[in-house]
Amino acid sequence: MARVVVDVMLKPEILDPQGQAVQGALARLGFAGVTAVRQGKRFELELAGEASDQQLATAERAAQTLLANPVIEDYRVRVEG
Amino acid sequence: MTDTVEHAAKTPDVEQPWAALGLRGDEYARIRETLGRRPTSCELAIYSVMWSEHCSYKSSKVHLRRFTELPDETPLGKTLAGIGENAGVVDIGQGYAATFKVESHNHPSFVEPYQGAATGVGGIVRDILAMGARPVALLDPLRFGPADAPDTRRVLPGVVAGIAGYGNCLGLPTVGGEVVFDSSYAGNPLVNVLCVGVMRHEDVHRAHASGVGNRVVLYGARTGGDGIGGVSVLASETFGDEGPSKRPSVQVGDPFLEKLLIECTLELFGEGLVAGIQDLGGAGLSCATSELASAGDGGMHITLDRVPLRDASLTPEEILMSESQERMMAVVRPADVERFLAVCAKWDVPATVLGEVTDTGRLVVEWAGEVVVDVPPRTVASEGPVYQRPYARPQAQDALIAAGSDRLPRPAGGAELRETLLRMAAAPNLSAKTWVTEQYDRYVQGSTVLAQPEDAGVIRVDADSGLGVAVATDGNARFVALDPYAGAQLALAEAYRNVAVTGARPLAVTDCLNFGSPEDPGVMWQFAEAVRGLADGCRVLGVPVTGGNVSFYNSTGDTAVLPTPVVGVLGVLDDVRRRTPLGFSRAGAALFQLGETRDELDGSEWANVVHGHLGGVPPRVDLEAERRLAEILVAASGEGLLDAAHDLADGGLAQALVESCLRGGSGARVEVPEGTDPFAFLFAESAARAVVALSPGAEARFSELCAEHDYPVERIGVIADAGPDSRVDPELELRDLFTIPLAELREAHERTLPDLFD
Amino acid sequence: MRVGVVTFPGSLDDRDAVRAVALAGGEPVALWHADADLRGVEAVVLPGGFSYGDYLRCGAIARHAPVMGPLLKAAGAGLPVLGICNGFQVLCEARLLPGALIRNDRRRFVCRDQRLRVESSASAWTSAYEPGEEIVVPVKNGEGGYVADERTLDSLEAEGRVVLRYVGGNPNGSARDIAGVTDASGRVVGLMPHPEHAVDPLTGPSTDGLGFFASLLHRVAAA
Repeated sequence: MARVVVDVMLKPEILDPQGQAVQGALARLGFAGVTAVRQGKRFELELAGEASDQQLATAERAAQTLLANPVIEDYRVRVEG
Repeated sequence: MTDTVEHAAKTPDVEQPWAALGLRGDEYARIRETLGRRPTSCELAIYSVMWSEHCSYKSSKVHLRRFTELPDETPLGKTLAGIGENAGVVDIGQGYAATFKVESHNHPSFVEPYQGAATGVGGIVRDILAMGARPVALLDPLRFGPADAPDTRRVLPGVVAGIAGYGNCLGLPTVGGEVVFDSSYAGNPLVNVLCVGVMRHEDVHRAHASGVGNRVVLYGARTGGDGIGGVSVLASETFGDEGPSKRPSVQVGDPFLEKLLIECTLELFGEGLVAGIQDLGGAGLSCATSELASAGDGGMHITLDRVPLRDASLTPEEILMSESQERMMAVVRPADVERFLAVCAKWDVPATVLGEVTDTGRLVVEWAGEVVVDVPPRTVASEGPVYQRPYARPQAQDALIAAGSDRLPRPAGGAELRETLLRMAAAPNLSAKTWVTEQYDRYVQGSTVLAQPEDAGVIRVDADSGLGVAVATDGNARFVALDPYAGAQLALAEAYRNVAVTGARPLAVTDCLNFGSPEDPGVMWQFAEAVRGLADGCRVLGVPVTGGNVSFYNSTGDTAVLPTPVVGVLGVLDDVRRRTPLGFSRAGAALFQLGETRDELDGSEWANVVHGHLGGVPPRVDLEAERRLAEILVAASGEGLLDAAHDLADGGLAQALVESCLRGGSGARVEVPEGTDPFAFLFAESAARAVVALSPGAEARFSELCAEHDYPVERIGVIADAGPDSRVDPELELRDLFTIPLAELREAHERTLPDLFD
Repeated sequence: MRVGVVTFPGSLDDRDAVRAVALAGGEPVALWHADADLRGVEAVVLPGGFSYGDYLRCGAIARHAPVMGPLLKAAGAGLPVLGICNGFQVLCEARLLPGALIRNDRRRFVCRDQRLRVESSASAWTSAYEPGEEIVVPVKNGEGGYVADERTLDSLEAEGRVVLRYVGGNPNGSARDIAGVTDASGRVVGLMPHPEHAVDPLTGPSTDGLGFFASLLHRVAAA
């Protein structure tokens, strides 16, 4: 069994209020030196069998169609493990 | 291996972790006596959770009897369901019935504010749904530690976001509630939620499992390890070191699934496919199966392996106790099962037949082909232990009462009164709660006629006739601390008055009784007195208590929270177009004050805000007067005599003027009546009072109405000109004392919470 | 005129949209998310709510619902579509409208009576208003922050496709205070505010919202 991970992040130019809130909280809690925080999503797709190119392409399509909104988000598809 | 009934019978001497599960030695002995053997670990799980204070009301039952002894009648006739059902149901006329109930989710909301509050909403909504009603509104009475305490910054935003996240997604308007700060709640916030539902008379459903052979169906979310932290001790006892790791004690909610559950359940009711129904809340399957069985033909047989699981490692004990949210249990006639499952499939709601109703008088649970539970369900659900906890008036009570507010320095002269008014309008307890309420959807369902900051939420029930309900919640714990009997009655009176102020006729009461430990005789005295006060008060007002909730063990460190009975009152408006709002909007309208202002400042917000003082005796209670006041307000609304009305309570007349002026955007010119002390006039918190703005030409008839009811009434001023023509900014003017521009008032009143929580 | 109102399992304001259509003189027709059938309607409203729970992104799953197949096709052929709140999110996810809606800048749900300015009366859903007219309509959203890249925003402005703007305070951090936009044809409109909750003075802050529904009916009547 293989696991494909899709990381989805807001594009750098899009405001990320949640990331900003985390950054503010870190500063308040004394975690110095954190200059920026972006918050994203991680999807773990469990695949039957080994990760083939074909399955990776399917995951890529899933990311493009549903998991990410390319208007505001970037995504990255990779095999884990 | 599984601890079966057969195995238990053969191994009477096995040590069982009853103490770790919160049972007392005599309670464990009683279980053994009931069963004639030691309980299996599953049975022990069921008894321990069902006999907990939370589920069994074992410390409060003897006192709550006062509520069941009240006549089960509202001013409109017999109640359709009362205490003992999931929620009370009252007739509101035109063939409609309303159901409502308030519950607490205090402890979970301290551990995990967002999920604690969210699942609190989910739980009470399912109670209302189980009665056959469509849930139509929420109210959220909330209490937190000091507004500026660091932990309040964690708890309050989380709780509010949790209520909003869950309630908004369900499509339930939040139309009222309270936000109160007091240091006693610092380690134990009070998160109470009231839900109102509406149905036709013929749609009222009950929780019982009748009809031998009828199927028992579990539908809704899959079962996971939510909220069973406590029972992990059992699992580890049973499984030794190889047992599952410790389970979370926090429940997580899925509002979308709850929304599906609502629509699905209403369709099931509509299709006539439900013979009996019960929501799954605290104690999960243990509670639902034993309560359904004991209220019906007395027997039920289920196969636990069929429960759909989110986590395959759950043990049978854990499945029985799981508090996973968004689940319901229905009793379904065999011929209807197929259609029942089809409706669930339409809404994408998983549904499983677990077993059937029997007439054996036993609740039998099978797991892996063996019997793991075989108990008389009534011994679990309704015949648990009952305690007559010792109670005694605390010795410190005398000193508390003796330390009245009369020695506190009072403001004198216009400048000091002005400064006091502004300071109080900005104090967290009296300041605008917009920061909180703006996070709640008050419009969804399209039937909200009045919502916070109005005195009561008003929901239209029938768009053609205009029939509607009004609901308010109130509680002044400071008064209860000074005198629990009178304080509880003042809470009742205030909620009753708040409903009447909108023009609705008060019908019935629900209460959430938040107190400290019942093992503390002083707390138990507060509780007993509060219940006695409420019951006596309801008798005078002619309204029944139709349901509610007791929450004990609320304390910050070793100190109990202020005794906090929260009272919800439901009323009916024959035509919501006649409702009375609280905002002053029509310049020239005459302002009248109803009721008598006495020098009553003990326990007041003034004493709290300005002096941090609590002592003395609470304002005088006169429920006969409250009743007459309500009659006047309801009649005046029905006759169209009122432009606006506002109840006088926390912060006195001053606070009412602040709120009504800001709400309507108009100023007011107010005159202190001759011979009256301006300070008491503005800040005393005497009960049974309201301020009203009259409609044009209504003065004569209104005075007559007050005379008919022999009620004190006094003209105190007029709503000031501030229209576009006047070119004058609106002001609140206390003649010969001070003037405050509304802009300044608004700044003081509305900045507080944003400054603290943004 | 037959106006479809789509109900997704998590739709909340569908009944209000139905009521608003009827009040404006139209004939509301219920459409179900799982049916790929528009039942011959002449316009469609995608109402507010949480379509499928909106745990992924608001509207992301609804955009792939069976009913959206024929809807996208018909919209391409000129069917007027109004997306309100969640419906706006669905239309953006479906790329019928440019941009996207993200979490409010203050990270909280906001429900308030909002002043708005109608910027354009050239769309199918705003023709009953005067350009520049100010109205008050409730907003209630948690993810209502309108975003798009600068070039898109500039072209929306240049083409007069910003139909509605927040006035007197931006409730959610939307770029350029944008509260509603239209596609190039003027037939597909997305709004974050809820005009269906401003059709009855008893249950809303005004009746200013009726114009959106009336616009559609007048336009057809005039055609």
